[in-house]
Amino acid sequence: MMARTLFDKVWDRHLVCAGPAGSSLLYIDLHLVHEVTSPQAFAGLREAGRKMRRPDLTFATLDHNIPTLGNRMVLEDDLARTQVEALRQNCREFDIPLFDLDSAEQGIVHVIGPELGLTQPGMTIVCGDSHTSTHGAFGALAFGIGTSEVEHVLATQCLVQKKPKSMLVRFSGMPGPGVTAKDLILSVIAQMGTDGAAGHVIEYAGEAIRGLSMEARMTICNMSIEAGARAGMIAPDQTTFDYLEGRRFAPRGEHWNTAEKDWRTLQSDPGAQFDSTVEVNAGHVAPFVTWGTSPGMAVPITGEVPDPNHGASDSERNSIVRALEYMNLRPHTLIQEIAVDRVFIGSCTNARLEDIRSAARVIKGYRVSNSVQAMIVPGSQQVKRAAEQEELHRIFTEAGFEWRESGCSMCLGMNPDRLQPGERCASTSNRNFEGRQGAGGRTHLVSPAMAAAAAVAGHFVDVRNWQYKD
Amino acid sequence: MQSFRAHSGVVAVLRRDNVDTDQIIPKQFLKRIERSGYGDVLFFDWRYHRDGQPDPAFPLNAPQYRGASILIAGKNFGCGSSREHAVWALRDYGFRAILAPSFADIFANNCLKNGLLTVGFHQAELERLLARDAAGVHTLKVDLEKCRISGEDGFEAQFEVDEFTRTCLLKGLDEIGLTLNHEAAIAQYERRQIRRE
Ligand code: SF4
Repeated sequence: MMARTLFDKVWDRHLVCAGPAGSSLLYIDLHLVHEVTSPQAFAGLREAGRKMRRPDLTFATLDHNIPTLGNRMVLEDDLARTQVEALRQNCREFDIPLFDLDSAEQGIVHVIGPELGLTQPGMTIVCGDSHTSTHGAFGALAFGIGTSEVEHVLATQCLVQKKPKSMLVRFSGMPGPGVTAKDLILSVIAQMGTDGAAGHVIEYAGEAIRGLSMEARMTICNMSIEAGARAGMIAPDQTTFDYLEGRRFAPRGEHWNTAEKDWRTLQSDPGAQFDSTVEVNAGHVAPFVTWGTSPGMAVPITGEVPDPNHGASDSERNSIVRALEYMNLRPHTLIQEIAVDRVFIGSCTNARLEDIRSAARVIKGYRVSNSVQAMIVPGSQQVKRAAEQEELHRIFTEAGFEWRESGCSMCLGMNPDRLQPGERCASTSNRNFEGRQGAGGRTHLVSPAMAAAAAVAGHFVDVRNWQYKD
Repeated sequence: MQSFRAHSGVVAVLRRDNVDTDQIIPKQFLKRIERSGYGDVLFFDWRYHRDGQPDPAFPLNAPQYRGASILIAGKNFGCGSSREHAVWALRDYGFRAILAPSFADIFANNCLKNGLLTVGFHQAELERLLARDAAGVHTLKVDLEKCRISGEDGFEAQFEVDEFTRTCLLKGLDEIGLTLNHEAAIAQYERRQIRRE
């Protein structure tokens, strides 16, 4: 048999039959739903008089436009309330389990899927959200879809897909102290550009990946979409199984043994061919900071804001000029000299327990700079509780951070948490687009440790030189 | 899905790379639960000043592009969020086709579901189109059957689209309906899964 990649194996397992014009009908094992991209899909289903095929493979949560403060069952924003109510109503009508705002398991869709054990190796997973790529950290094929495709999955539990190409991103060496998964993935995006992996499913491999925890692997796969990839995957191993075992929806007993045996086969065969390969030396990666309005506009903390004259083409020079104007930055400014007004630690990229621990370690014994407003928004209620059990919330509140309820929050600012025009933010989220965190707001993407250090210093600093007080 | 065979209209040019769906439609407009009514807020932050007045410097507000239904854009158009609202906004505004060096995957998929044609053109060919725009010619015909764009000024170029996109758009396929026709295969797949567990 021909050597196959991990992606080939998961793809092949889910082929139902051929679709139109060279496409395939792919079966979907898990469909995650949230309030923003689903109402029109349910409406479409209803209008066509169609039934939902597999409510039992579908799970819903409220995360995108909900408040992170106060009594969350009372939504003041009329439009947000309408959308939240619509999801509740749809879940009741179609019998879909919903992690509502009073649920102990509510949280950001890509945080709760893995922590509940819903996300498992070898699955196909979709959600009306581009960061569905997160779940690929378990060796699942997970990708974001639009609302029409959400409707398609509701009705058929399948999707019509053309098979993407494959790309191997291989890390050699190990990252140094203070260098995190966020820095690894930002360095990859800076290297290949935000469309570098368009049309591809990436498999991340190499020594550095094997050494990462599941949470860190999720950070890597989460940002695959920022390199333009359809999905990102990491082959499951003992780290994956140890993470999954005992979680609420993970298989148990005899089922676990059978599943684990099967999951161990989910690896790219020796000699399997990828359409392209990218090599990254993890040992050379420094903490990264974005300076512009696209995640690929990133440099090491020791670097400086680029000069448009060094752009390779007219369109690149124009992009740099536009970005510098929006970000109000001058060429050659040292990254460490950029002062911030706000710090946001949160999002499906970096709001899991390890992220919060790593920020807490930096913050411990320090206070947030007087010129900075800082908030931390755990990715889920479970993360929040676990952090509180470790008393981490005290470290943050004593330092002057706001400790919030779980949700997407200022990752996209659909709820009241957002930047004011002109404010500059060190953010652990995944997108620094113009206005992403609030119209006119300026976002710099960094790791949780780097964000915490910036909160204390009032400007970016190299966390590799941090004086920890523990 | 709406079909697309051929379309003639005014061509607007937006010379920016990596235009993300947050720019095409900002988040505050994603709270609605309808599929239509997004045309007025397309490119909201770029199109209007803070006081709500149109920004004359934004290309779509230029008089020569009034009523545009074909868009020429930069590379990696539609990157970022999967929000289909971006496509609904482009459609509501009146766009039927977008020509660009490349598109983000989810965005292109969403376009297909809404009968909005995305055509990849090499930079060199786009330069020809831009020269034409600079010379004041702002109309074009996009023919999907012949895979050709042409203008009354004699301009002509061939393009390639993959067979899947072309078939779906020409026929205006009801994808869900088609998949439901495969009920037997889907049910069989599900039975196989249960046995494996
Ligand atoms: S945290 Fe941000 S990126 Fe993640 S699902 Fe929410 S809005 Fe999307």
